Amino acid sequence: MINAVGRNIPDELLQDGREVYQGKYYMDGKCFKKAGPQVRRCEKPTENKLCTTIREACEKCGAHDGMTVSFHHALRNGDYVTSMVMEVLIEEMGLKDLTVATTSLGSAQDLLADYIEQGKIIGIQSSGVRGRIGEAISAGKLRTPAIIRSHGGRPRAIEMGELHIDIAFTAASTSDYCGNAKGTGGKNNCGAMGYAVADSHYADHVVVVTDTLADYPNIPAPIDCIDVDCVVVVDEIGDPSKIGTKEARMTEDPRDLMMAENCAKVIAATPYFKDGFSFQTGVGGPSLAVNRFLESYMVERNIKMGFALGGMSGNICALQDKGLVGKLLDTQDFDMVTIQHLADHPDKHFEISTSEYASAANKGAYVNHLDFVVLAALEIDTKFNVNVLTGSDGVLRGAPGGHPDTAEGSKVCIIVTPLVRGRMATVCKDVVTVTTPGDTVDVLVTDYGIAVNPLRQDLIECLNKADIPHVSIESLQEKAYSLVGTPDDLEWENKVIAVLEARDGTILDVIRKIKPLVLE
Amino acid sequence: MIPRPIPERFRLRRTMMFMNAQKPGLIKDAYIYGVDSIILDLEDAVAENQKDAARFSLYHALKSIDYGDTEVIVRINGLDTPHWEEDIRCAVAGGADGIRIAKCESAQDVKTVEEHTLAAEREFGVTEGRTLLMAALESPKGILHAYEIGEASPRMFGVAISGGDFRKSMHVQMIPGGIEINTARSLMLLAARAAGIQCFDTMYPHLNDKEGFEAEVRQNHAMGFDGKSLINPRQIRYVHETFAPTPKEITNAEKIVRAYKEHAKSGVGVFTVDGKMVDIPFAEDAKRVITLARACGVYHGDL
Repeated sequence: MINAVGRNIPDELLQDGREVYQGKYYMDGKCFKKAGPQVRRCEKPTENKLCTTIREACEKCGAHDGMTVSFHHALRNGDYVTSMVMEVLIEEMGLKDLTVATTSLGSAQDLLADYIEQGKIIGIQSSGVRGRIGEAISAGKLRTPAIIRSHGGRPRAIEMGELHIDIAFTAASTSDYCGNAKGTGGKNNCGAMGYAVADSHYADHVVVVTDTLADYPNIPAPIDCIDVDCVVVVDEIGDPSKIGTKEARMTEDPRDLMMAENCAKVIAATPYFKDGFSFQTGVGGPSLAVNRFLESYMVERNIKMGFALGGMSGNICALQDKGLVGKLLDTQDFDMVTIQHLADHPDKHFEISTSEYASAANKGAYVNHLDFVVLAALEIDTKFNVNVLTGSDGVLRGAPGGHPDTAEGSKVCIIVTPLVRGRMATVCKDVVTVTTPGDTVDVLVTDYGIAVNPLRQDLIECLNKADIPHVSIESLQEKAYSLVGTPDDLEWENKVIAVLEARDGTILDVIRKIKPLVLE
Repeated sequence: MIPRPIPERFRLRRTMMFMNAQKPGLIKDAYIYGVDSIILDLEDAVAENQKDAARFSLYHALKSIDYGDTEVIVRINGLDTPHWEEDIRCAVAGGADGIRIAKCESAQDVKTVEEHTLAAEREFGVTEGRTLLMAALESPKGILHAYEIGEASPRMFGVAISGGDFRKSMHVQMIPGGIEINTARSLMLLAARAAGIQCFDTMYPHLNDKEGFEAEVRQNHAMGFDGKSLINPRQIRYVHETFAPTPKEITNAEKIVRAYKEHAKSGVGVFTVDGKMVDIPFAEDAKRVITLARACGVYHGDL
């Protein structure tokens, strides 16, 4: 069946009431009953949840063949815990047919690719899929198609019972013996832990894995001891140099700076740029640099930001310290400066769960109150559909992350990307995979010009008034093709290797197995 | 093959950005930053044993990249090197808008380059006289000969001082405020205006010294330069902002031009605007301001 973004979704995926994507706000106003986890009652005083090994915790939580385990990615590429736990489950305990539901996957979890190859892991549910895991999934090695969800889509699926977690393994920088756990105060700090919150509320069992045992009670903490079954203390939960950089560097690349400056110009030209506005940006070169140019507009017009949302970097913290930002609503910290800032400023720097952040199935997430979001893209097509998941070779190597959530929620969604990357046209006729529907994307800023979605005549008027030149997205696509040539279409096999859910739970796109490239 | 518009001898040249002709990543789309002129460099940026490779890269860039209305100038090697003749052939064959003569010291230098340029135009079927010339003055001798250099050819559109070499020949270091080079700047400006050509200041080498750069740009503008050589796209915006007429200057110029037009009809040559005496030279300067403002994109009026 063809869905609202023109993608053909195989009928066999549309069972048990599964629907194809119908367009934005389709589920708005509908009601559902939340799922509930199994809870083991702890009635006796002073119950100690400490386990000496991960295996002991797994056994206490009834680890078994065919179960679903979950992890979060707040430790990013420095994460030791996912691999550590999977090794115990598969190598030590000999378990099989496991499904791994993580908030994202990167090179730190490369070991999982081996287990996928061996058929021990049969399912993956994640936002990001990169590196060897992406290649293994793209090669069709999973028994069931991977399920890719946005950061808001994941807590939605958990809360609606579509993703049921048997054991959630929650890496934490500190925890007390009872399971009050957080991302600060330890030796390997990750900062905000919003990704892990839904798992702790809805998994049947929750195991906190930490390397720093804190005094009881270790509060305030995003992971609450009332949800935790076991606490395991290990030597190291991660490699701090890969958990976050020391300080996210502002790009000095003139191309990035030019695009960032133009993003800020566009923002400042809209009526939403007024005192108390809200803002989110990614940490890619040009996106991050928007902060710098926005600052001068804010100072010039005496405007302050009400709140900044999403992943945070030292940059936005500094902006807050200058008194230009009211509150930081933090889901993830990309550098050490931010992690420290979170610990030091509990009055204005708050960690929030991903459900609060971006779910389309609660009573109102923060993204719905977002004025501006600036995002990157691997590809964007002439219908403004964005791909941030599959590479030009059709292989999984990215993550929808909060992209579709913030795009739909925000009043102005700006995509910033160079027109071409090497030989690849970023602005193209049809993206490989639609991760963010075009009707939620408003402005495209490239190094070769700005294009506004014709659906947003109001923004076109704003740009005209401010004398900001803009062109049609088709002309940018043609320019890109004239520079690097017209790409051949990818050739796919029939087998679906991954299903991409829209943030509301309908099927937005599928990723098929790519035909191996044969050089003649 | 990309057709280039006919080069304009006197066009807006606030910013002239150097790019190593050998770096495809730089030259493939240097026009996106909105610089007025790009100077593709075959001289100092290119190692002695890479001159040939750089020419090859330059020729293909000129032939296959659409630089639109960004001017493309080629900086050739000095006349005391074995490279300049081939550099000229390459630039002309590729259809460059102009050639920047390095280390120019005399009118004869200009004439020599002009001769070879004409020969190359004939050789490659390029319209005769199409290729413009400018001269980089890098020595005391060059500065003292600026006037005759400027007048040496109808192809000449401007002179630029090259600070690095000039300072070396004067045995001085770069000093904030420019006491060590301002005499040369002033002499060159006088000569250029006398010869009726444009005049450009040297590049500012300290990329991260934003304040020093901006102070120099303001000084350049105050001294009467038409533009400045740059080494990084990050430097473009400030120059363009500084060299654009202010809203006050534009309003004033508009008043003068309008008043002049009215009075000219009734045969009056001298009149007052806002209590200030205005005659024909004022009107001409006001027209220049309006033209510059329009070219800078800050004037959209009907004058």
